[in-house]
Amino acid sequence: MSERETMEYDVVVVGAGPAGLSFAVRLKQLQPETTVCVIEKASTVGAQILSGAVIEPGPLDALLPGWRDNPPPICVPAGEDEFWLLTKTGGRKLPVPPGMNNHGNFIVSLGAMCAWLAPQAEALGVDVFPGFAAADNVYNEDGSVAGVRIGDMGVAKDGTHKAGYTQGIDIKAKVTVLAEGARGSLTKQLIKRFALDKDSDPQGYSIGIKELWQVPAGRVTPGKIVHSFGWPADNDTYGGSFLYHLDGDRIALGYVSGLDYSDPEYKPWEAFQQWKNHPHVKPLLEGGNILSAGARAIVTGGYQSLPKVEMPGAILIGDTAGLLNVPKIKGTHQAIRSGMLAAEHLAANGLNPAGFDAALRASPAMDELKQVRNIKPGFKKGLWFGMANAAWETVTRGASPWTLKNKPDWSTLDKIGEHEEPKRDYVQRELPPRDRLAGVYFAATEHDEDQPIHLHVADTTICIERCSVEYGNPCTRFCPASVYEIVEEAMPDGSQGKRLQINAANCVHCKTCDIKDPYEIITWVTPEGGSGPNYQNM
Amino acid sequence: MKILVGYKRVVDYNVRIQVKPDGTGVVTEGVKLSANPFDDIALEEALRLREKGVAEEVVIVGIGPADLTAHLRNGLAMGANRAIHVTTAEAVQPLTAARVFLKLVEKEQPGLVILGKQAIDDDANQTGQMLAALWDRPQATFASKVEIADGKATVTREVDAGLETIEADLPAVITTDLRLNEPRFIKLPDIMKAKSKPIDVIELGSLGVEGGDHLKTTHYAAPPKRSKGVMVKDAAELVATLKQKGLL
Repeated sequence: MSERETMEYDVVVVGAGPAGLSFAVRLKQLQPETTVCVIEKASTVGAQILSGAVIEPGPLDALLPGWRDNPPPICVPAGEDEFWLLTKTGGRKLPVPPGMNNHGNFIVSLGAMCAWLAPQAEALGVDVFPGFAAADNVYNEDGSVAGVRIGDMGVAKDGTHKAGYTQGIDIKAKVTVLAEGARGSLTKQLIKRFALDKDSDPQGYSIGIKELWQVPAGRVTPGKIVHSFGWPADNDTYGGSFLYHLDGDRIALGYVSGLDYSDPEYKPWEAFQQWKNHPHVKPLLEGGNILSAGARAIVTGGYQSLPKVEMPGAILIGDTAGLLNVPKIKGTHQAIRSGMLAAEHLAANGLNPAGFDAALRASPAMDELKQVRNIKPGFKKGLWFGMANAAWETVTRGASPWTLKNKPDWSTLDKIGEHEEPKRDYVQRELPPRDRLAGVYFAATEHDEDQPIHLHVADTTICIERCSVEYGNPCTRFCPASVYEIVEEAMPDGSQGKRLQINAANCVHCKTCDIKDPYEIITWVTPEGGSGPNYQNM
Repeated sequence: MKILVGYKRVVDYNVRIQVKPDGTGVVTEGVKLSANPFDDIALEEALRLREKGVAEEVVIVGIGPADLTAHLRNGLAMGANRAIHVTTAEAVQPLTAARVFLKLVEKEQPGLVILGKQAIDDDANQTGQMLAALWDRPQATFASKVEIADGKATVTREVDAGLETIEADLPAVITTDLRLNEPRFIKLPDIMKAKSKPIDVIELGSLGVEGGDHLKTTHYAAPPKRSKGVMVKDAAELVATLKQKGLL
């Protein structure tokens, strides 16, 4: 085999999301001579970005002072805010919590915003490479991070090389900036290797499932923002919805389920579809069309779960570090902020990551997380305790002397038979999509079928022998894209047996399986570059 | 020999096409655009001919707005020697495209022109044939195999009845079918090299091409939605329902 090709940069950024692109822009603003590249696994920038998204414009104002004169393609000033506690047939409108007041904010498509940001980075001299997945970290002899290895292209399912096989190159850099978003696959390895989480709680996550609808004219009030909790979630499951009115008769809507749920039968995708049939929502959508749909894990551990964000040769920024503000349900401003802060730190310190962790912890990004640190964990004690606790923490601005603990999401599932089945007050659904496979169609996800499966299950006998008995294979329910299936088939000895089938081509790269599987045996790795969902304006 | 390759930018084949609510076209805002897959095959074939020593230079041609540059850079990263960007803000129909190619053929004097058999946006399947007629040279369309020797192209064509092999004197026009080859992956270092390859920019108006649209699109519509199925409880009801609908 020929020597692996190498390219050298001063800085390599993994992920062309808001954090990575803001970092690159800021660094080039400060030090135009520094060479920076951004690699992105999606076939085009923004195609694998999924967010609500209402954004706070402050950090964007700081990064690109003139942006309001040249706004991203979807950018609607926030209008009226509504906050509802839903029941199956109605609900009660509640005062909007202070953290969810969106006056002065903007509803955007974060995917479109990243596609708008990338050329601005390129204009400053950043090399942005969509369609290339960072498959692995590369290390120096002294153990520090040396850069990333791009995944090979043209490998068959069985690992052999196809006719067009192209070996991935190594990108070596003085600093590697991980900006992969929630549960980054390279970040996960680095956290383990450098024990970055030894002084923090385990990280926590939610899964957000979203659709973008085109609805008949006359129903949309551009700028209107509606959040809800309550039905269809039961009291012990953290779940809530968002519904944002865009321009052009479009509505962005979604449902977020905390992955700390304990009910082994819970189906996040079904909860979303149920909520769409609520009498407040269904009349908005009926007769409309789905433009795009998808899902993505959201990082929710906050202050007490933030790992150390520096290590020799690399730093973590944005959601892969874990900077999202849960009560605000916003992470984009934190992503931009941390990206800028990282650029400023590296520029001032000769590209040395040392000291970035302290700089981030002393910054407004961390103040913001500290104030709200106890809100999400409070909901572990049920909806009503969570509400009361959230009110207390909000009024005191997080001055409580205690910090509630987070537990890892994989550990929170109850076993079948040990969990009292909640009364699932579900309705007969009428809106599309009918099932998850019909939903995946709107994600336009594409993986060459003849490539190695990118969802590694360490030991599938656990799935059949233990999980099916203990948890009833929850992967078949939490995956929003029907990737996991238990199929019955004839065994060599003639008896009927079960087998885990992984429909990897359906995967929308949400990372939920890597997070929630109760045995921690599923590892999500990057597929061939350019594979995965092709979201439009998500 | 020099090979001219058509390299059109279209809405990516993975994108779910959406018709604009007013029926005037399809949505291209916020949508991924990429090379017409048949044009990638055309470029790949030209590169292979160059690698075999049959050709010395591969030139890609794009017709479109100013932001087509990034698309042409991809073709250069794949391996083309240089690119010609014919600029126009208007969408170009097949006859105009063929006339543009004719002008470029007169200027560049290629030994071979390879085009995709059709673009996946309008599915017209006309430009190659029109160019051959305007240029008065042989055409070999729907190619699934190409061999060049002694000033002749031996081309295997995919036709309804099977495969047809024809011989054409060069210079000629070849249009590519899906099975001709599998385009290569672009390598990162080649993207960097492509940045310094030349792109000639020519304004469409300056070529002296007779313009104007020959076809007028009146309306776009999505295929009608399938109506909801009906559940029947047994075979008798199924038969009765089919009879009632006049299907039995």
